[in-house]
Amino acid sequence: MHIVVCIKQVPDSAQIRVHPVTNTIMRQGVPAIVNPYDLFALEEALRLKDRHGGRVTVLTMGPPQAEDALRKCLTFGADEAILVTDRAFAGADTLATSYALAAAIRNIDRDAAVDLVFTGKQTIDGDTAQVGPGIAKRLDLQLLTYVSRVEQVDIAQRRLRVQRRAEGGVQVLETRLPCLITMLEGTNEMRFASMDNMFRAARCAVRIWDREAAGISDVSKIGLKGSPTVVSKVFAPQARARRAELIEAEGDAPRDLALTLINKLFTRNPKLRDAIVAQPS
Amino acid sequence: MSEPGTPARKGKGKYELDERLQSYKGVWVFVEHERGAVHPVSWELIGEGRKLADQLGVPLSGVVLGAPGLPTRRFCEEAFFHGADHCYLIEDAVLANYRNEPFTRGLTSLVETFKPEILLLGATTQGRDLAGSVATTLKTGLTADCTGLAIDPENRGLAASRPTFGGSLLCTILTLNYRPQMATVRPRVMAMPDRDASRRGTITEHPLGMIETDIVTKVLEYIPDNRQDTPQLPFADIIVAGGRGLKKPENFQLVWDLAMVLGAEVGASRPVVQAGWVEADRQVGQSGKTVRPKLYIAAGISGAVQHRVGMEGADVIVAINNDAGAPIFDFATYGIVGNAMTLLPALTEAFRQHIAMARVAS
Ligand SMILES: Cc1cc2nc3c(=O)[nH]c(=O)nc-3n(C[C@H](O)[C@H](O)[C@H](O)COP(=O)(O)OP(=O)(O)OC[C@H]3O[C@@H](n4cnc5c(N)ncnc54)[C@H](O)[C@@H]3O)c2cc1C
Ligand SMILES: Nc1ncnc2c1ncn2[C@@H]1O[C@H](COP(=O)(O)O)[C@@H](O)[C@H]1O
Repeated sequence: MHIVVCIKQVPDSAQIRVHPVTNTIMRQGVPAIVNPYDLFALEEALRLKDRHGGRVTVLTMGPPQAEDALRKCLTFGADEAILVTDRAFAGADTLATSYALAAAIRNIDRDAAVDLVFTGKQTIDGDTAQVGPGIAKRLDLQLLTYVSRVEQVDIAQRRLRVQRRAEGGVQVLETRLPCLITMLEGTNEMRFASMDNMFRAARCAVRIWDREAAGISDVSKIGLKGSPTVVSKVFAPQARARRAELIEAEGDAPRDLALTLINKLFTRNPKLRDAIVAQPS
Repeated sequence: MSEPGTPARKGKGKYELDERLQSYKGVWVFVEHERGAVHPVSWELIGEGRKLADQLGVPLSGVVLGAPGLPTRRFCEEAFFHGADHCYLIEDAVLANYRNEPFTRGLTSLVETFKPEILLLGATTQGRDLAGSVATTLKTGLTADCTGLAIDPENRGLAASRPTFGGSLLCTILTLNYRPQMATVRPRVMAMPDRDASRRGTITEHPLGMIETDIVTKVLEYIPDNRQDTPQLPFADIIVAGGRGLKKPENFQLVWDLAMVLGAEVGASRPVVQAGWVEADRQVGQSGKTVRPKLYIAAGISGAVQHRVGMEGADVIVAINNDAGAPIFDFATYGIVGNAMTLLPALTEAFRQHIAMARVAS
């Protein structure tokens, strides 16, 4: 079985700070990591490989330094890594990103037929959850989003059964290979990198494809040109005009503060009071 | 969306829409339903869509896809009650359960036939699944998880705002020479519009043109969640939430105590969830739930932007924090500067007494 996992290198958003005065992003020193959601996709792919044999190819589109993210995936046990990188991809929105990734997957497929494509649920920087569905539509693959469990793969019958998180419940879906799965977070736990894989990752050559090598001839479909959406401005959340009314009480005893608050709250919001009083105790 | 932080030049100023795109008119809201009930986010979007449609001077339509036997006509009626002028309806047996393939086909076909300029969907598992597929099929722009929608006065286009950079900043996104302009919005981000049962509208039916054997993916089973076990934070009327200021997991019990007296749900900030004091389902904020209660009491929460975006839609916010300079006091309704560990029990007791007295009196 040949599985492609799409991963993205993202800035560790927990460490991003905004300059308090200029409102600009302070990126210096913010480490780049593999998008945490993508690790659930990678682990699921590796588990399927453990069970059914075959190989796992990790794929990313990004700047040259995204190679580090791919190497990280190799240490976990991915067999092969491909970096699609070209200046022409700059400024891509999700439509243009899915175009480039779909082209690359077609290329991979020509080499060795792809049975399954995995993506994460979403990225922590783009945060759209759109790239997975986009790739599926472009490659005409069956789309399974928010998958919480891959229940069964029958390679001979080319069938797959999964559990999918739906609103208010879980759908059990059966479909045909090839298909694309976007994996839900918290569904598995990434294995530790083995010594063997760490050595292999250090030696293994990451394949680097530019636009042409990725099989893309139409430059109007990629990068800023191929992106219907544009960011027209970036701004800080508005400060509300009104600051909180501070509750004060003689001596600041907790009980007096509490009574003053309740008094104000209920006098000004009688309906809220009625609702609270009416609820069954 | 484009690389954040690099506002594109082409987003500025007036631009001419291609002639073939000028015929795209009207605002649509996809009406999402599961197990015979419409997701409230659809009505919230009808409310928001109404404002956009009025500003543009165009009709607002709901889009309902479902199988015969489902109350799809009642869903259309409800869409009218909440503000829609009109509904597009596709009824077909293959639409019995949500599945990507037939729903994508149906919505895409409606868009190609009737050409709306704006199409809004809820940012739910269903809405995001469908929106991503439809936008790619139509090769148009889609902005995810918007927190604000407006009409750009210069170009009559949709200006969709959403958090960027992990929520510390917002950005506005435009869809230029492509139609429809698509956006998803999370539940509870927009206010629920008033329901007016005297409102009426018209329905346009449309065929799907697909049969079950065309569809590869089958739904074998649907296992409903056990509602008792999952907190229903987004729809709670009262929420008491605690943050890192409570210092120790044991102190979080004070939040539960107050919630109990008020009949409230319990919420939390992210550090508290990450520390494992409460379940992940209770996290309020950008990477948690968006809530819109009548009353939100925040104890020991600083009010970081990522928390704020999830709860500032509350009618009344009470903040308890021992630091008078905490950002939460910039947007709370009432603030008490003091120690949550003594104030929470005092509030619990005072509310308990007030409620007991009121019940005796009535
Ligand atoms: C990508 C990203 C997504 C995020 N998503 C979320 C999210 O969804 N939800 C979320 O909440 N956060 C989120 N965060 C984290 C957010 O930035 C803040 O770090 C977090 O909200 C802070 O939680 P806190 O207010 O509980 O803790 P702190 O910021 O540590 O604040 C604790 C507060 O308690 C006060 N305090 C201390 N002692 C007492 C006392 N005895 N009595 C009363 N007050 C006291 C302090 O003055 C302080 O204001 C996200 C961050 C990132 C980068
Ligand atoms: N540049 C990229 N390269 C490879 N995979 C990507 C890229 N961008 C997004 N993805 C995949 O698509 C998923 C959804 O991303 P997003 O739509 O940005 O939230 C991610 O979890 C990745 O698996």
